Amino acid sequence: MEKKKSNRAWLLVLPVVISVAFSAIIPLMTVVNYSVQDIFGPGQRVWVGNEWFVDTVRDPELRSALMRNLLFSFEALLIEVPLGVLVALGLPSRGKWASLSLVLIALPLLIPWNVVGTIWQIFGRADIGLGGYFLNTILGFDYNYTLNARDAWYTILLMDVWHWTPLVALLAYAGLRAIPDAYYRAARIDAASNWAIFRFIQLPKLRGVLLIAVLLRFMDSFMIYTEPFVVTGGGPGNATTFLSIFLSKLAVGQFDLGPAAAFSLIYFLLIQVFSYIFFVTMKNAGQGDAS
Amino acid sequence: MNRKRRRWVNVLLVILYFIFLMLPIYWMINMSFKTNEEILGALSLWPKNPTLANYKIIFTDPAWYSGYINSIIYTTMNTAMAVTIALPAAYAFSRYNFLGDNHLFFWLLTNRMAPAAVFLLPFFQLYQNIGLYDTHLAVALAHLLFNVPLAVWILEGFMSGVPTEIDETAEIDGYSFPRFFFRIFIPLIRSGIGVTAFFTFMFSWVELLLARTLTSVNAKPIAATMTRTVSASGMDWGLLAAAGVLTIIPGALVIYFVRNYIAKGFALGRV
Repeated sequence: MEKKKSNRAWLLVLPVVISVAFSAIIPLMTVVNYSVQDIFGPGQRVWVGNEWFVDTVRDPELRSALMRNLLFSFEALLIEVPLGVLVALGLPSRGKWASLSLVLIALPLLIPWNVVGTIWQIFGRADIGLGGYFLNTILGFDYNYTLNARDAWYTILLMDVWHWTPLVALLAYAGLRAIPDAYYRAARIDAASNWAIFRFIQLPKLRGVLLIAVLLRFMDSFMIYTEPFVVTGGGPGNATTFLSIFLSKLAVGQFDLGPAAAFSLIYFLLIQVFSYIFFVTMKNAGQGDAS
Repeated sequence: MNRKRRRWVNVLLVILYFIFLMLPIYWMINMSFKTNEEILGALSLWPKNPTLANYKIIFTDPAWYSGYINSIIYTTMNTAMAVTIALPAAYAFSRYNFLGDNHLFFWLLTNRMAPAAVFLLPFFQLYQNIGLYDTHLAVALAHLLFNVPLAVWILEGFMSGVPTEIDETAEIDGYSFPRFFFRIFIPLIRSGIGVTAFFTFMFSWVELLLARTLTSVNAKPIAATMTRTVSASGMDWGLLAAAGVLTIIPGALVIYFVRNYIAKGFALGRV
């Protein structure tokens, strides 16, 4: 599409810039301010330069939290994106079943995050939760997410899959419905296989919605906080201490504002770099297919 | 034959997925109709003596139901504000090239990526200084930070699907820009507005950290009410489950209204 050149378009963008800048830039400046000082109390602060940044980068606990979080985001994306697309492919395309399944599938998305944590906290308990009871009493596993690190990890991962696959499925579903029937008819005439239809018709058309889905899922899984905090509180040990849980322990628990601020700036930067890589990669990947 | 069988495999997968999806929710609904004694006693797949006592507490105690009202107020405000200011911006991104447009677009997105834990304190100070602390407006404004970029992104995708010929024809026919925008353009992207409103509502409704930090009494969200009451009265599982069930309902209504827009499909352009 041919776009006109016009700097007057800035006028249309201005309300957005002002409203976002108000909530983004002032707090960000405050955080930068914290990150270069040691704060003992009101009016008692010492300039420390880049000390917090150096400490943060060297902190082994932080590094392990970062690796843990990267692995978690990777696993979550690896399961949620293909599963969401598969579910979207299998959903009815019209009629009342389509409406019903859309409403049901969106339910996990609309539950406040701490309630999601509560649901799974209850569901996984061996005494009062269906899932935990089933695994322990009926299947005879020794499952306990508060004691066993591996159980805790998979509980959080399963919860994330439960919570967020619907987002991928909804977006993919909407993307699939936007493909004109003529494409499918042409494919049928060519006797194309299901795989060929998926690879050359559906997947290229899903690129836009999948880009949003992957980016949102990456950002949110990399910042996951409330749900694991409710279920495991980061434990047992450090097994589910993701970056944001580590960060809030630092900021709220120990009230180390300086290191916490330095850390969150690095954290912020990391998310941006990764998101930018995703953004550019997906923008370029399959550019040829879409046209 | 082969194609039919594969279709069945896919339907089976969807059915299994829905069972997985509904089980934890069913379990919470099930618990919400039980007394605490029954919950902590033997495990049962449905309530033996169904009771509405948990719901009655929520609907009669202002500390509980005001939480719902607060959440609904600020979420609605946030959705209206986000969509309103995102509309002209998304139009600008979809129709014009302007100085720094791509950078601006990515900068907007980066604001979704700020880790909450340390930004909470600056937010708290900022809103206290401008006298908005503990108001619905404070939460609605703060949530714009992550909802406006998303709204611009989604709306821009819908707008790019509308051919520019429509804009040009309207200009030739002597429509002023505002008249064209409200009379012709907005009706054309109605489903996009519906979908955007759904996503902004959703992210504002489920967010807890900022909402809890910026409020204390007058605008306290329901999600925060839940955490406090639980820690105060030990573990009242039945009440907790009932409150949880009630948090699903507003969202379920919203998705019910936009389901047709999603079913109609959208592909989202800007890639």
